Amino acid sequence: MNALAKVPGSVGVVAPGDMQFDDPLLLKSGAVIPSYSLRYETYGTLNADRSNAVLVCHALNASHHVAGTYAHDPKDVGWWDNLIGPGKPIDTDRFFVVGVNNLGGCHGSTGPATINPATGRPWGADFPVVTVDDWVAAQARLADRLGIRRFAAVVGGSLGAMQALQWTIAFPDRVRHALVIAAAPKLSAQNIAFNEVARQAITTDPDFHGGDYYAHGVVPRRGLRLARMLGHITYLSDDAMAEKFGRALRQGEFKFGFDVEFEIESYLRYQGDKFSTYFDANTYLRITKALDYFDPALACGGRLAEALKGAVARFLVVSFTSDWRFSPARSREIVKALLDTGKDVSYAEIDAPHGHDAFLMDDPRYHGLIRAFLADADTDRSAQP
Amino acid sequence: MSAPVLPNWRPDFEAIAHWVAPGARVLDLGCGDGTLLRFLKERRGATGYGVDISDDNVLACVKNGVNVIQSDLEAGLSGFESGSFDYVILSQTLQATMHTERLLKDILRVGREGIVSFPNFGYWRVRMQLLAGHMPVSPELPYQWYDTPNIHLFTLSDFENFCRGHGVRILERLVTTDGRPVSAVPNLLGALAFYRLDRAPGASPVAA
Repeated sequence: MNALAKVPGSVGVVAPGDMQFDDPLLLKSGAVIPSYSLRYETYGTLNADRSNAVLVCHALNASHHVAGTYAHDPKDVGWWDNLIGPGKPIDTDRFFVVGVNNLGGCHGSTGPATINPATGRPWGADFPVVTVDDWVAAQARLADRLGIRRFAAVVGGSLGAMQALQWTIAFPDRVRHALVIAAAPKLSAQNIAFNEVARQAITTDPDFHGGDYYAHGVVPRRGLRLARMLGHITYLSDDAMAEKFGRALRQGEFKFGFDVEFEIESYLRYQGDKFSTYFDANTYLRITKALDYFDPALACGGRLAEALKGAVARFLVVSFTSDWRFSPARSREIVKALLDTGKDVSYAEIDAPHGHDAFLMDDPRYHGLIRAFLADADTDRSAQP
Repeated sequence: MSAPVLPNWRPDFEAIAHWVAPGARVLDLGCGDGTLLRFLKERRGATGYGVDISDDNVLACVKNGVNVIQSDLEAGLSGFESGSFDYVILSQTLQATMHTERLLKDILRVGREGIVSFPNFGYWRVRMQLLAGHMPVSPELPYQWYDTPNIHLFTLSDFENFCRGHGVRILERLVTTDGRPVSAVPNLLGALAFYRLDRAPGASPVAA
């Protein structure tokens, strides 16, 4: 790491790595990925007894680039940089932090845009549907290769929180602390409805070509734009939108036309345009399906408590009052299941105005809780002789 | 029992801790910074959770290494299964609750037993201040009338009448003044009261 480039509180300049896996991975759908590669980043140092590793799981559009910046692009700051770094709540002076781009992603891990070795062409529509369970299984293999038997903590917000929850179910003895932030134990019909509109926007874009748009040299940009605009509406609270944009007009008066007039329109178009230049449409489809399918209680007759029965992690569940995408009531469902089985769990409901996106904000109450919860997480007491 | 070295230890915790059997499952309502729970966990091997509404207390509990659920007691205990705790503790909070009757009912639904403590409004020093024409201010009732969280003040006799009328059985009672037990004329001479409660056999829980 370049010491000159390191600013206080930042992990500084980072570089991703790629881990190749040649053991086939059987997916929940029954499909098999014969081989794949995962792109990841690490910050801090794995200690001698390998007890200080923290896995950070990403949500819909994020990646393995969780903290720090890149030498070639100093403006590309990791998506959870306000939480992770030296002296920050997830302190890289104490913890060895791992960020990984999930299987099927579009930030360097094997995904629909990757060349399928069997055909020599991009996977495209043939790339299987992946689930949260599959991601966690792939992450566990990465942990094996990094020499991490047991994580001090698995951390995630939103879809990332679903992965943290799944870790405690699939690999209970490999997680000592689970931070489940702005989560839901499964999507509601309304959540699925939003996802379906986003998918329809993409799949009905004439440039989608049934998912094999790579061969046509095009990208279903219009669909991606709409999907992202829709998503953004659900990430913000009504109050946050009112506060940030209100009914403000770009040019101060009505133009009686259909160009951008209100600031909120400008914001959504900007977010949509930006997103459509870097995100893969096939990945977007798959990630929304992973959200829809996530339902760990399903295998236990809908009883989440039973699904979580084997978990041994200490849980911190955090929700945000203005989050209507995954409201506090959804987090309380998770808490209830953990209480019913007598798990170690703490729950905080942060009074924050930002909506779902609050989990990415630098709120001292929220970050203070994470810091306190992880205060002695870098030592594995159960591993002591 | 020797007083533990915890910064925010309160004398009334002593009496409550004394009633909690080793290894019990405990729910501490209005748990503050988690001092009592931490003591019960470390010294009695108890497990359980605190419940508190305040951000500062939730953080303090996490720092204290005890489980805490941020929740408003006034919204009820619907997040907790019936009979899921050995003890539900409500320490000097009952007098500050709005839905007092419902909360007591919930305590005995969720817990096998309830442990409740409160300042006795029948204590003679309280009566004297009222006689002198003022709302009482004391170590147990440290607030002025205009900034007090206490909205349902009551006496030992009031509470015991309530229990009789609501199918609540009093298993044990301890009354103290300045940390010392009081046996004679407790409704007059006692400043703080502690009760260990359960549902009276055959009684529908806290029938009105």
